[in-house]
Amino acid sequence: MSNRLVNILVPVISVILGLLVGAIVMLVSGYDPVAGYAALWNGIFGDAYAIGETIRQITPYLLAGLSVAFAFRTGLFNIGVEGQLLVGWFAASYVGIAFDLPMYIHLPFAIIAAALAGAAWGFIPGLLKAKLQVHEVIVTIMMNYIALHTTNALIKVVSDGGDNTGTINASASLKSAFFESITDYSRLHYGIFIALAMVLLMWFILEKTTTGYELKAVGFNKHASEYAGMNVNKNIILSMVISGAFAGLAGAMEALGTFQYANVKGGFTGIGFDGIAVALLGANSPLGVIFGAVLFGSLKYGALNMPNEAGIPVEIVSIVIAIIIFFVACGYVIRYFLEKANKKKEAK
Amino acid sequence: MSFLDVLYFIVPSAIFYAAPLIFVAIGGVFSERSGVINIGLEGLMVMGAFIGILFNLMFVDTFGAMTPWFAIIAAMVVSGLFSVMHAVASISFRADQTISGVAINMLGVAIALFSVKLIYGKGQTDYIQERFIRFDIPLLSDIPVIGPMFFKDVYGTSILAIGVAVMAWFVIYKTPFGLRLRAVGEHPMAADTMGVNVTKMRYIAVILSGALAGIGGAVYSQSISGEFSHTTINGQGFMALAAMIFGKWHPLGALGAALFFGFAQALSIIGGEIPYVKEVPTYFLHILPYALTILAVAGFIGKAHAPKASGIPYIKGKR
Repeated sequence: MSNRLVNILVPVISVILGLLVGAIVMLVSGYDPVAGYAALWNGIFGDAYAIGETIRQITPYLLAGLSVAFAFRTGLFNIGVEGQLLVGWFAASYVGIAFDLPMYIHLPFAIIAAALAGAAWGFIPGLLKAKLQVHEVIVTIMMNYIALHTTNALIKVVSDGGDNTGTINASASLKSAFFESITDYSRLHYGIFIALAMVLLMWFILEKTTTGYELKAVGFNKHASEYAGMNVNKNIILSMVISGAFAGLAGAMEALGTFQYANVKGGFTGIGFDGIAVALLGANSPLGVIFGAVLFGSLKYGALNMPNEAGIPVEIVSIVIAIIIFFVACGYVIRYFLEKANKKKEAK
Repeated sequence: MSFLDVLYFIVPSAIFYAAPLIFVAIGGVFSERSGVINIGLEGLMVMGAFIGILFNLMFVDTFGAMTPWFAIIAAMVVSGLFSVMHAVASISFRADQTISGVAINMLGVAIALFSVKLIYGKGQTDYIQERFIRFDIPLLSDIPVIGPMFFKDVYGTSILAIGVAVMAWFVIYKTPFGLRLRAVGEHPMAADTMGVNVTKMRYIAVILSGALAGIGGAVYSQSISGEFSHTTINGQGFMALAAMIFGKWHPLGALGAALFFGFAQALSIIGGEIPYVKEVPTYFLHILPYALTILAVAGFIGKAHAPKASGIPYIKGKR
């Protein structure tokens, strides 16, 4: 069996196992798994509205997945997507309400503000990693909570003690009248094009530029890269900054597209953590991220239909996603069994 | 309010908020000292909080006032079992330990909420009737100054938490088991050569961390929140992780850090009633633990070193 085939089989098997475990959980809890998955299916593809909302959900997942995947390619684990997303969300909303500009300036301004905010939030762990060898996982986790409290405090300041910034100006909105008309007034917005463009951008940076080559080289072997004359520290910081910018853009999707405002939050959105799942399933490649985001975005949105149609709590899908991550992470075992099965076949 | 009154007010609440963090942070110390990163503490704590409330609600008629204590045992067992998943993934299956931890966090929350909806048909449980109760320690509480600060209105769980931390210090630094644990976390191959079973030690450590995180969760839910919903445990596990790192992977350091973070939490909640403190925006108190942890790992507050082998699966025969 070729290595490439195994690399594709591991995530596929993980997804199947995840869905299987989900079915078993439903069965044990006294629910009907067939009705459950049928409700999930209808929640995703049931009608034009559901499809529109599903694509809407996929949009930030694409960017969160890119964010995690990009850092991974340089050997960094950006678990701080949640925080970078929140600061991006706030930055975009703030620019959206504070300025009154023509759309062709306002909208890009708001989007870039979100990317910069996310990039700044990624810069700190990158800098600490590069200069002081501090593990980025610890710093990004802490930065998540600092982001949560900081954006909540800022929203209070902006709204004079309220817990919502108020709706952004129409000139900064990604809302799409066309998408609304074809998807029965779902919240699907133009952000999906930005997300797909970013997928292309990531592919371009990684595969077609010297910078991308260096970033990947550092991910493969720091010492060899250094020996070859690359600036490892610079690449680590750059990788975290770009990763943070992707995450900030995911926040912009929520701010300018889906919600049109930023509000005080009691906890994280979960998009950042699901981004880890997306990147992992997509083997950190741009194309893989599309598959991962489509799968997890669909599952996440479709699940909302499960309580209504089948009476099953939505959390069942979070269980499935967690199990999928778990199995992908344990890819070693799946690979082991695949190889064993393969050897048996060859022996015959 | 005089300065002493402020202390009488703030010190007991600081210890009260710190108790769950201490359990979980000590759990983290065990796991990381054996070389297994456990960012799944949050999920394990969620599981403990849920099981604590569930057990309490189900068996309150049987055990009466002792229910919370039995509930933490139940939570300890369930979270201990749950952590086996992390152990299998990160020790036997050589999974990336951080990713496995992320999966544990997601799974803990998902299973707990799924079960709440399954059992109660709504997003949160009822409030428990029997919580942990405070009591005065006889004689000690009569000591002037120290008495009202530390020995009046104390929770049994707080005493247990501090006891566990001291015990963990003794186990890790004064027993052969502790020496092996540290050896496995610093240089597993050397430990293996000397006949220490690396896999077994790591399994024990991870399960211990799960059990302690379960206790921490159950203590939190039964003394602070009184019910279980999706917001009950909201970053407490990560704060405990921060306490462990801020405490430099040392049980007593983790104890001190957890007490300090408990103090910050208490200030952010009751600070409005204390002169001067109420002038400080709660925002700064909220971010204090996290900001300090970043400074600590960055080496601005002394040097902190993670165990050398943490995060690396041990593969026999591989150099």
